[in-house]
Amino acid sequence: MIQMIKEIFQYRDLLWMLILRDIRIRYKQAAMGFVWAIFMPIVAISAGVLIRKAMAVVSGEYVETLSIVSIAVKVLPWTFFISSIRFSVQSLVGNRDLVTKIYFPKAVLPLAAVFACFLDFCVSVAALSVILTFLKLGVSIYMLWLPLIVLSLVLLTVGLGLFLSSSNLFFRDIKYIVEIILMFGIFYTPVFYSADQFGNWKQLLLLNPIGSLLESINHVVVLKQAPDFLWLGYAGFVSLVIFYFGIVIFHKQESVFAEYV
Amino acid sequence: MSVIEFNSVWKKFKKGEKLNSLRDAIPAFFRKVSSNGSDRPLEEQEFWALKNVDFRITKGEVVGIVGPNGAGKSTILKLLSKIMYPTKGEIKINGRLSALIEVTAGFHPELTGRENVYLNGTILGMRRREIDKKFDEIVEFSGVAPFIDTPVKRYSSGMYSRLGFSVAAHMDPEILLVDEVLSVGDMAFHAKCAQKMRELMASGATIVLVSHDMSLIQSLCKRTILLEGGAMAKDGPTEKVVPYYKELMNDAQEEELKRKVLNQGGRVKVVEQPLISITDLSLNCNDSIRNKFFIGEKITMDIYFEAHEKIDQPIFILEVLRSDGVLCFSSRSDQNKLSLNSVQGKGMIFVNLGKINLAPGVYLVKVSIWDKDLIHPYVIRNQDVFTLEKHNWRGMAGEVFLPEIGWEFHENK
Repeated sequence: MIQMIKEIFQYRDLLWMLILRDIRIRYKQAAMGFVWAIFMPIVAISAGVLIRKAMAVVSGEYVETLSIVSIAVKVLPWTFFISSIRFSVQSLVGNRDLVTKIYFPKAVLPLAAVFACFLDFCVSVAALSVILTFLKLGVSIYMLWLPLIVLSLVLLTVGLGLFLSSSNLFFRDIKYIVEIILMFGIFYTPVFYSADQFGNWKQLLLLNPIGSLLESINHVVVLKQAPDFLWLGYAGFVSLVIFYFGIVIFHKQESVFAEYV
Repeated sequence: MSVIEFNSVWKKFKKGEKLNSLRDAIPAFFRKVSSNGSDRPLEEQEFWALKNVDFRITKGEVVGIVGPNGAGKSTILKLLSKIMYPTKGEIKINGRLSALIEVTAGFHPELTGRENVYLNGTILGMRRREIDKKFDEIVEFSGVAPFIDTPVKRYSSGMYSRLGFSVAAHMDPEILLVDEVLSVGDMAFHAKCAQKMRELMASGATIVLVSHDMSLIQSLCKRTILLEGGAMAKDGPTEKVVPYYKELMNDAQEEELKRKVLNQGGRVKVVEQPLISITDLSLNCNDSIRNKFFIGEKITMDIYFEAHEKIDQPIFILEVLRSDGVLCFSSRSDQNKLSLNSVQGKGMIFVNLGKINLAPGVYLVKVSIWDKDLIHPYVIRNQDVFTLEKHNWRGMAGEVFLPEIGWEFHENK
């Protein structure tokens, strides 16, 4: 595993060129250019607000600004996660020519897919920060937890991306299964709602590491309080485990990629 | 010191459809479990693409790898470039390796030439700084400089491969794998490529060249490895291996040609019952029937025919064709002092071919019988094949015929 990471480091320029390639192609083909990076979050946030409003109407409550802000803050990492998985699942099969014809550490393909989405994520975060500044949300000392939470999210995404991209190479219908899970995943994850609304069922929702990471982000950014250390620790641990096994499984299969792709 | 080591390498491939979806794999798994693995009707067929291939290449050697299709040449290149790994055995490679194989595989059509140079260069293992340094040289070499900021999807296929070749050729490899890519571009580009190869050879690079072009192998490689059916058939100096390989190919061609003409012959026979038919044809030398001759031997031919009706002044035509269909020579009976009045029943025509000085290879004999005005052929027979050989033949490549030429040296003239 150390050797694999070393080799990826040797090919870091390739990783960077592939990220650039993915981004360039995405923006070259779309007339909207960089607007693309914030297009999907805007659509998702609008949907979230609509659902929240509907819930409020049914229960006769009032929709607070803060809960809308909380939706926006949670939608961005969620979009990063699902688009990373969506692109990385396809990354090996979609680059068949490269996999079968040239030698290089194949892990750079799913990695590039994830990091290209991460750049999109950064753009949308910048846009959201501007808006939040106008809304005078303010900062808190707890935001120092953010880098750690985001790192955990990235590790989790990379680990899953590596595992799913190599699985999809052996079983081509994995991508359909993943697509379905991603499509309905938003209902099982506290993105549009908060886990606290579910009372005793809260623990069940937080078992999903993405759920506990999103709640932690919500705690430190919107609610300006310390994250729930138990659940954040749990999510961090799960992320590390998935990251580790993602790399190990990928590395084990790498030598036969060219014969199966 | 050897830079490439193949220590008894074996490579196995599976034939046939693989289970590459869960939809197929899961039911197959349960079927296997429920039948306790006792009967496995869908056992995948396996075959060995490489069998015990064992060789060492030392620094600075230029080695050719030849062999018929399916002999395992590409598999060796894939193993060398670490795209695949051997089933058994071990491969050691010391040094920076570059493959001039599929040089455009890393290109993305939507990106410009410039972007693709960087992308392809890093895929091949170069650092960005290195490409910065060599960028101008690469573009200059490829000759696509005016279009370097155009997306490569607008390039012609020649420009596409030239740019790819330039990138791969400029990474200063210590080991270079070449697979028939020198066929890119026009004459001027060829000359540049040959120059680049010679520079690399002079700088002490090790080169492995896979090609069907024997003249290229002969002009570049001192050593050649011949593969056959996945095993090493010969490994030695090029001037010994290449003639052996050519002979091998001739035999294969002969078989192929015989099979083809026999199939055709069968089809024609069904269609009509000719008025006159050729019952047999034999090629002879010194009163023995043969189909292998050495150059310089006098060859004769007997054509046995049977005319079912009376035929007036038939004309016999003999044609000899090379295995690729080129007509080498022909002869007409009426122009060679054989005027027949009429024939009926069985008969035999004797033809004296003399010495045939065509280059060694496989030739097809085509004999036809025509009416006296050469309007309609009664019968055409083209199923007889013969092979010409020459002792110690050291031809260049691509000679058509071998005249007997005398060289003399005269002093003080």
